[in-house]
Amino acid sequence: MDRGSARLLRSSQLVARFLVVILLTYLGLLAVTFFIGRVIPIDPVLAIVGDRAPEHVIARVREELGLNKPLWEQFYIYVSKVLHGDFGRSVLTSNPVMQDIRRTFPATFELATLGIVIGAGIGVPLGVWAAVRRGGVVDQAVRIMGLIGYSIPIFWLGLMALVVFYARLGWVSGPGRIDVVYEYTLTSVTGLLLLDSARAGEWQAFGNVLSHLILPASLLGYFSLAYISRMTRSFMLNELAQEYIVAARAKGLSEARIIWRHALRNAMVPLVTVIALSYAGLLEGSVLTETVFAWPGLGLYLTNSLQNADMNAVLGATIVVGSIFVGLNLLSDLLYQMLDPRTRAMVRR
Amino acid sequence: MTSANEAARRTDESVHDWLMSDRPRSRRQAAFGRAYATWRTFARNRLAMAGLLIVIGLVLTAAFADVLSPYSPYIGDLRTTRLLPPSLAHWFGTDDQGRDILSRVIFGSRITLFVVVLVAILAAPIGLAVGTIAGYSGGLIDATLMRITDIFLAFPRLILALAFVAALGPGIGNAVIAIALTSWPPYARIARAETLTLRQADYISAVRLSGASPWRIVWRHIMPLCVSSVIVRVTLDMAGIIITAAGLGFLGLGAQPPSPEWGAMIANGRLYVLDHWWVAAAPGAAIFLVSLAFNFLGDGLRDALDPKASR
Amino acid sequence: MDRRKPDVTLFSPLLVVEDLRVSFPARDGGTTEAVRGVSFTLGRERLGIVGESGSGKTQTGRAILGLTAPEGRVTARRLEFDGADLLRCNERQRRELRGGRIAMVLQDPKFSLNPVMPIGDQVVETLRAHSKVSPREARSRALSALEAVHIDDPTRVYDLFPHEVSGGMGQRAMIAMMLIADPDLLIADEPTSALDVTVQLQVLAILDELVARRGMGLILISHDLRLVSTFCDRILVMYGGRIVEEVEAGKLAAAKHPYTRGLVECLPRLGEDRHPLPTLDRRPEWAE
Repeated sequence: MDRGSARLLRSSQLVARFLVVILLTYLGLLAVTFFIGRVIPIDPVLAIVGDRAPEHVIARVREELGLNKPLWEQFYIYVSKVLHGDFGRSVLTSNPVMQDIRRTFPATFELATLGIVIGAGIGVPLGVWAAVRRGGVVDQAVRIMGLIGYSIPIFWLGLMALVVFYARLGWVSGPGRIDVVYEYTLTSVTGLLLLDSARAGEWQAFGNVLSHLILPASLLGYFSLAYISRMTRSFMLNELAQEYIVAARAKGLSEARIIWRHALRNAMVPLVTVIALSYAGLLEGSVLTETVFAWPGLGLYLTNSLQNADMNAVLGATIVVGSIFVGLNLLSDLLYQMLDPRTRAMVRR
Repeated sequence: MTSANEAARRTDESVHDWLMSDRPRSRRQAAFGRAYATWRTFARNRLAMAGLLIVIGLVLTAAFADVLSPYSPYIGDLRTTRLLPPSLAHWFGTDDQGRDILSRVIFGSRITLFVVVLVAILAAPIGLAVGTIAGYSGGLIDATLMRITDIFLAFPRLILALAFVAALGPGIGNAVIAIALTSWPPYARIARAETLTLRQADYISAVRLSGASPWRIVWRHIMPLCVSSVIVRVTLDMAGIIITAAGLGFLGLGAQPPSPEWGAMIANGRLYVLDHWWVAAAPGAAIFLVSLAFNFLGDGLRDALDPKASR
Repeated sequence: MDRRKPDVTLFSPLLVVEDLRVSFPARDGGTTEAVRGVSFTLGRERLGIVGESGSGKTQTGRAILGLTAPEGRVTARRLEFDGADLLRCNERQRRELRGGRIAMVLQDPKFSLNPVMPIGDQVVETLRAHSKVSPREARSRALSALEAVHIDDPTRVYDLFPHEVSGGMGQRAMIAMMLIADPDLLIADEPTSALDVTVQLQVLAILDELVARRGMGLILISHDLRLVSTFCDRILVMYGGRIVEEVEAGKLAAAKHPYTRGLVECLPRLGEDRHPLPTLDRRPEWAE
């Protein structure tokens, strides 16, 4: 087998193995949510028809919902429905949950993506600097920021930031994604308002969206940054202590080349994993952030559904978020294996 | 410590020497000596000591809340004391129902302590048990238990807790259960990793040869050795637990009103925050302070108990 | 490689080291001295530095190149390379010297080669750091360099990653990498210690050939006394951070210092029948 097809086989073996793991974990995920759904004290039938419905209506709805079938059959139906994207209907909006999720997801995606761009874009260079100038100001700052990031509730920091930057200083817009003025003049194609307004050439709307986006995105970005910069620093310190760095110095290479092309390039392997995990963490962080900033995303949908005991919506949103989380975790494992030429080879053995 | 004093006096050494002696004459002396040496390493870390003091302060505040708080946390005068900014009379100001925020924060410390202690008591033993059993048994049991652990780990912690609370209903008890159910997986992982290394040790083989049953081996020999790593992890986790609990409270899923739970207070303050910033400020600062303290404490414990752990 | 070399006569030394000292901060707050006053001169000849772990031989080599770890302190009365005062050089001058005029080959290619960069790129890197060449010319010179170290299929090896080649080949690639910019002095720090015995001989032969052909100076650092005695003209024996003896390679048997004598005594000889084999009986005064 020549090099090309050997590499292809290796990669497909990797991917196949991960698909199996994803499948198993996903099944477990569904089992957990199914179990939770069946534990609730609220009778799903009564939630739909009300407690004054006549007996035969209750019986019919019960039949329709399939609640008379044995448990494992219910689970099977549940799983097949989920795989078709059918999460049932939301009690609150009367829409299919999937539709609600499709509507709200882009807002969360836009927020989390901008957050990770800030987090990685600032966090990685900061971590590199902290490692190179060990014990210096940046190093201390990274450590302190990390400590604060682990100790402060995101929703409280968001509130305080809102008070300072919106109420007191007026530097940014307040809660919500876009001012009412623009909301109905901008046709949303992708659901990502930054992109939509840029494409339409509506620069005033773009500016407005940005000023709404910047504070919550920075908030998420801060937490991401605190984690990423600490990990970057740690990985960089590890690499800079290796022998190949001494060899690179002995070759007379510039310090900049050694740091970026040698040390960081090696540190990137575990770092990409860290960034993927941080992205997943931002999804979690957005649940609370969206409440603070009245951001109409998946997190807000989840918490609203929770407070109204809309179980279909809660479970649907949980599954979607859980799936993304699982996917990102496994993607990061995959990336790690593929980026490191050593592990790419080890699969062969 | 009186037995230590007596033992020391008998041989005419100071207590310190008795503890630091490298030829302990009894198991108790060795155990005390180890604890003392760990304490000394820990005490040298100033941040860790600060953390410890704050945590002790939390406990004392919770215990003596009645004495320490200047006003009632539940009763406020809607006419005269509503939404007052911080002043000498009300250090943290008052909320929308005229209640003194400082008093509410002080009483809220009880809820925080309650949550932290209960989650630790529930989650740590579960994690320890699952981890050591999985690690020691190996094979199918190990695989199954680890799969279950991985499934729990696959969920973002807050969201899983949310889902559990949704199923169980809001309330502080259910919140504690929910958080505990999401907290044990990392402890299981740690315990399993330690068990896997310990399993190979010679003295485990020796105990097995002497006829001990697997249960006894796990219970009396392996678990005690995993305890310190789990304790360190639990302490480091405390900040996360407090923040998750506050998050649940913020969403209205924790302690219910009029309970002065810090997260719920922030949610309440959110409605007035733009013009009355202090309603949400103090409880959040309290969460920050306590979490910071647990982080310092956990870092210090980790450095003291495991000298090989590098920065 | 056509390059004008400065006209160096046999009496003008390539490297002058006088009272070199390297110290590191110790854990309890004091300092540990790794190198305690080492002095020697080197022309275009082969010098061997022999010692056990902790004798300071590696730190000596690194100090000459300015590669001591940042927390270490390097002082010397004189440290000159080809007339240039190494102590007074700024960082840019030091970098020009490294790889361009003084090169170092490290011990284990598993660790001293960048694992995520193909070998060819690493060889090219040195060249481009010291001279302006087009990528195409750089590539062809790198291939020649790989050929010069007796790598049979340089085009194939060029694209390989370090973990995909054997230890011997990796070490040869390292030699190619370090010598491509045509340095005058090579410091080889245990170049064959990580290799199998048969491969050791091959790599040494390559070093021999290259050093002779280019008229380079060589410092061979090793713990292997026999290796050094067969390869080098002069030998410095180090113990506890100091040079305890300097001896010509052929005249090892006439060594005076008890440590050197002890080392020579310990060397097993084929066809002998000594039971038990002698070991070294260290005296504390040797460290003085």
